[in-house]
Amino acid sequence: MNPAAIRARLRHPTSFLSLARERTIEGALMLCGAISIVAISLIFIFLFKEGLQALGSIHLGDLYQAKTVAQKYDAATETTIDLPPQYTFTWQPVSEKPKFSFVPLILGSIGVAGISAILSTLAGLGIGIYLSEIASERMRSIIKPAMELLVGIPTIVVGFFMLAVVAQPTFELFQSLGMAKVYNDTYNMFIGALGVSVVIIPVTASLVDDALRAIPMELRAGSLSLGATRWQTTWRVVLPAAVSGVLAAVILGFGRALGETMIVLMCAGNAPNITVNPFDAVRTMTATIAVEMGAAAQGGTHAQVLFLLGALLVTLSFVLNLIVETIAARFRKRIRL
Amino acid sequence: MSDEILPSLARARQASAKGGNGPLWSLIFETLIRCTTTLVVLVLLFILGTIFYEGAGHISWEFLSQPPSEGMTEGGIFPAIFGTVFLVIFMILMALPIGVFSAVFMVEYAHEGFFKRVIRAAVNNLAGVPSIVFGLFGLGFFVLFVGRNLDYYALGVPRNAAEAQVIELRRTEVRTAAMKEADARALQEPAYTEFIAQKVEASAPIPRRVFGQGAMFWAAATLAILVLPVIIVSTEESLRAVPASVREAAYALGATKWQVISTVVLPMARPGILTGAILAIARGAGELAPILFIGVVYAAPNLPLTEPINFYFFQMPVVNPFLEFMHLNYHIYSLATQSTDTEKARPIQFATTLVLVVLTFVMNLTAIILRRKYGTRR
Repeated sequence: MNPAAIRARLRHPTSFLSLARERTIEGALMLCGAISIVAISLIFIFLFKEGLQALGSIHLGDLYQAKTVAQKYDAATETTIDLPPQYTFTWQPVSEKPKFSFVPLILGSIGVAGISAILSTLAGLGIGIYLSEIASERMRSIIKPAMELLVGIPTIVVGFFMLAVVAQPTFELFQSLGMAKVYNDTYNMFIGALGVSVVIIPVTASLVDDALRAIPMELRAGSLSLGATRWQTTWRVVLPAAVSGVLAAVILGFGRALGETMIVLMCAGNAPNITVNPFDAVRTMTATIAVEMGAAAQGGTHAQVLFLLGALLVTLSFVLNLIVETIAARFRKRIRL
Repeated sequence: MSDEILPSLARARQASAKGGNGPLWSLIFETLIRCTTTLVVLVLLFILGTIFYEGAGHISWEFLSQPPSEGMTEGGIFPAIFGTVFLVIFMILMALPIGVFSAVFMVEYAHEGFFKRVIRAAVNNLAGVPSIVFGLFGLGFFVLFVGRNLDYYALGVPRNAAEAQVIELRRTEVRTAAMKEADARALQEPAYTEFIAQKVEASAPIPRRVFGQGAMFWAAATLAILVLPVIIVSTEESLRAVPASVREAAYALGATKWQVISTVVLPMARPGILTGAILAIARGAGELAPILFIGVVYAAPNLPLTEPINFYFFQMPVVNPFLEFMHLNYHIYSLATQSTDTEKARPIQFATTLVLVVLTFVMNLTAIILRRKYGTRR
């Protein structure tokens, strides 16, 4: 834009009015800027406000172990006596005596997020290294947009794809491999985690790529001139220098996997089991909220417990985010030195 | 960095001194990495290919323009497309101004300091909040808090049992009075009941809930908060990419700060803002978890429209954002998991997925190309 064009579009500010106008605009913009703060605060306030009401009707301990008190009719004395209470890790919100143990849900979340974090770290690290260290400019200009497209895939599409195309053949494959005893459910932790990694891999990959590319070229040049091969340079020089950036990418990936909802809802089997077998059906915290919130009566204990679960989830992601921020800030500072 | 370079190079020297198998390992690992990358790209192609292959055969004009029929096993998906499109339109109308102005404040006005750091942290955290949490928030804040209070203060809808009882008492009073009047007129049975019902509905109707329930407007507001970081970040990037010299030239011509921003900086940043908006729309169209409890329904008998409104020359219904709506993502989800015959509905599911994929991919591709072309990213 040339100066004449700019001048043509300007009015000269000379009056008190125009000064007032400037101040008003600045104030309005500041309000817009503050909306993000308001939003994140309201999220915390409303989740905890709704969630903590649950503690009016149940104990905090019930969220760890659900307590069941059974009664027995004693014919001799013609009275009902209380049997010793039983404590179980059960999530059974809709029953005569609802049980609200978070343990199976948290373990389910950690299981799915853990497996997909491992898968997406391996693949994401590979692709990140490829993009930054190995790929030619031309390959990079193909792979990078492909990763960006993959980030843009709606999660429901991946969930549906796993559900309709992948789950059944995988089940049959494992059956034919003679693993029928281990591979219990068609929809399980592993299928869920596989689906989640499809959406996490591109995120991890592009963050690793960013971290590696932030390492100055001089370092690589120095290493190569000392006679190290390209792989030795990558593995012993570039990666160690970028380790905190890579770590931030991995933790961020784990956080994303923890928060993923639709894929696990459709593919992880939706049964709140406690299991170490990755081929069992599980249910995550996110899926539980998604499944049950619609049917839970508003203002009831069940709905409040679900809000509390949401509060736990948002606190977790907040903490993970804080860790990522700290690591990433340290990384940026080191790179700039 | 300098304290980093020497140990790094020492490691490199060590590695090369060991020599021997260096080139072999390089070959193995690099091949492994190439394979991983190829595999992921192939997975992407396989996903897209399958959805296209299975879904394309079922796409037709009827499919895109008709409502579903025969218990969702026949017919089209028009209401779902309609709901999705208007949802993201409302969403971007809310999110874009707030996001852009917020970014302008961050880049042009805010000084480095506490307030700016807090905003930055808030935006980062907002981007990291799990999508289902937005759903809970939208339900708890928009529907149950804002909506229910609007209903109470504007329309008199009771918020709790006590308030409902007040209305019930009033209705009983009116009913008693109406019964007396009906007796006085000596009405006979069908007319008698009808008369009383009419009187009660006329002077003490049960207020109908309008705002305090899941609706497109609240869903759009929830999604707007979800996509806010996307818009803020990409607008910030494009604002920073406007060279200082241009700003200085504008100041030198006597422009005020806002004049510089509105006439010079924002127009130059337009491609970047557009990219952010497109990415936000694609993101918003791809999300289901946040709106799951806020108005999406499996089957809505009608489109979310008002009664025809009289414009000067023609009559036309307008979208009513306070109604429930159908949504592409929810259509896929419920057809795949909850419908009576999921296998029979598979072609429809694939075709619906294909529509969603095409919609979001076209937008994402446009955003990527725009970003390449105007190069606002590093």
